[in-house]
Amino acid sequence: MLVVYLAALVLLFVTSFWRLNPLTQFIERTFTLQNYHQLLTESSFRTVAIRTVGMAAAVTLTDIALAFPVAYYAARIATPRVRNALLVAVVLPLWTSYLVRVFAWKTILEGGGPAQWLLQHIGLGGIRLTFSNWAIWIAFTYLWLPFVILPIYAALERIPPSYLEASGDLGARAGRTFRQVVWPLALPGVVAGSIFAFSLTLGDYITPELVGNTKFIGNIVSDKVGVIGDLPFAAAYCMVPVAIMAVYLFMARRLGAFEAL
Amino acid sequence: MKRARMVLALGAVLAMMATACGKGGGGGTTIYDSVGKGEGALKLIAWNGYTESGEADKTVDWVTPFEDESGCKVSVTYADTSPEMVTLMRQGGGKVYDGVSASGNATNLLIAHGDVAGIDVDKIIPDYETIVMDSLKAPGHNKVDGGHYGVPYMWGPNFLMYNTDVVTEKPDSWDVVFETELNGQPNPYAGKVTAYNDAIYIADAALYLKAHRPELGIDDPYELNDDQLNAAVDLLKQQKTLVSKYWAAYTEEIDGFGSGDMVVGTAWPVNYTYAKADTPVAFTFPSEGMTGWADTWMMSSNAPHPNCMLKWMQWTMKPDIQLQVAEWYGATPSIKTACDQLRKDIGTDADDAYHCGDDAFLGGLYLWKVPLPDCGNGKQDCADLNTWTDKWTEITAG
Repeated sequence: MLVVYLAALVLLFVTSFWRLNPLTQFIERTFTLQNYHQLLTESSFRTVAIRTVGMAAAVTLTDIALAFPVAYYAARIATPRVRNALLVAVVLPLWTSYLVRVFAWKTILEGGGPAQWLLQHIGLGGIRLTFSNWAIWIAFTYLWLPFVILPIYAALERIPPSYLEASGDLGARAGRTFRQVVWPLALPGVVAGSIFAFSLTLGDYITPELVGNTKFIGNIVSDKVGVIGDLPFAAAYCMVPVAIMAVYLFMARRLGAFEAL
Repeated sequence: MKRARMVLALGAVLAMMATACGKGGGGGTTIYDSVGKGEGALKLIAWNGYTESGEADKTVDWVTPFEDESGCKVSVTYADTSPEMVTLMRQGGGKVYDGVSASGNATNLLIAHGDVAGIDVDKIIPDYETIVMDSLKAPGHNKVDGGHYGVPYMWGPNFLMYNTDVVTEKPDSWDVVFETELNGQPNPYAGKVTAYNDAIYIADAALYLKAHRPELGIDDPYELNDDQLNAAVDLLKQQKTLVSKYWAAYTEEIDGFGSGDMVVGTAWPVNYTYAKADTPVAFTFPSEGMTGWADTWMMSSNAPHPNCMLKWMQWTMKPDIQLQVAEWYGATPSIKTACDQLRKDIGTDADDAYHCGDDAFLGGLYLWKVPLPDCGNGKQDCADLNTWTDKWTEITAG
């Protein structure tokens, strides 16, 4: 398994140094840095990369903010029956196909749909949701939420209640206990969940295509492969999320996320 | 242990690269002049709506009768843009798909790189000379260096479709989709405009500039030097502020008009056919002119089922088949002998909307073709397809 995985990555890396001959439209296996040169000099690719990373960060933060209360309630407050029902509810959407969920959001967010109607009724009618980055942000947040809730739940569940009691005995109020006991112990789970939200947003191209009107890294790669057949450039552009995730995973490991998974 | 695994992985990579290097180009071009026994299967790449087999509408089916008569079971892969079709056609060294309904911005690429086979049209289609429209008998997009590379199918314009409830006056210019101000007022359709999501749409912008900025000297919208191309790109960046969503899959435009997110924009006849069922839409031919396409069925040089493909070509060159496609898709047949029946079936629309058999109208359309450096005036400084593609990425991604 490891061989296949590593070989695929190495082949991807090697391909990024080849080039597509513009006249014959066939891939030439000669070493060239022109793909990386084009990546660095043309501003539209920088814009797309920044937009993708920005969206990934926004989605990750939103998911953590939404997931933590749910996970905390399920892990520490809910009775066993409610906890089970809650966990089933969190996982149930994953039983439907990804496309079904994205199309559902496309319908909700389209002009004349319920989301736009709701915004108008609460006075925010000026914000245009349809085919916008707002729509992409909402859809991504929804899609990856189960993947963020579950690791946080696992981490919170493992905190022995005696820690919280001890903290109370020592004179800490709820806020301090949270900051100095609960949060540090939950952090590995939070980081583990964030890996999912961040990396999945970084590479996705279907959701921006369906609910948005702009291009992410995945769309450029998809265009270059499926439409033009320029695999070398697509491979070079793929190195950007690979590099970003390598750094991200290194930092996540330092924060103990891999023990929480 | 870890080092051994790395060595193994690198070894696997080198082995893969070695095998990948083995693929060579095709041999000389075969020219087919007779049809043999069918191979039992046919794999096509087509535009949506060109190969109906009863799924969209039970009464609309010209594929099943072909399967019954020829014994060739048809499977179709749909593509949304010409570059997609070229990429698909070249998969597996051209041995995966038998044929493609290629537009002019794909045909010449395929011909130049030996991807498609020559067809002796007079032998395969005995009445070719009498039934095909004059301007489509030997057009530059499928007859090169004396050889034919396919048979003509349907042709049509990229017209302007609009929602009649919102756009109450019939537009007579493309300015409704390009300009931020109309008659001194802000464009009322801002945020609800649509455009085709492919680099070839730059030609539509160039066509608009040909009429409105004659000082640029644009003649052929597919032959643009740097200044002309940059002007077109600027116009398209201006248009982006008006666009709700670009459409590439035809369903995107149909859904867009249906939900009200799009009210005006360039469209294919088939999009209009579907959209009008649920939405009050109409189409018009703006005064600046239109781009368009004339499609050709082409066969791969390494087609796995060549005889079935030849049978398909013969089938699609029957006047009554092209008539059925015309009436469903909304495009115009290449076969002029289908026009009389079309007039009987749909009345004056056959001439007013379809311009059936009208070589002059077809000549007035700026058919999709591959942008090449050769400007046709001795100079070689026109932008090629790769530049157009990069510019399109810049427009839509920025």
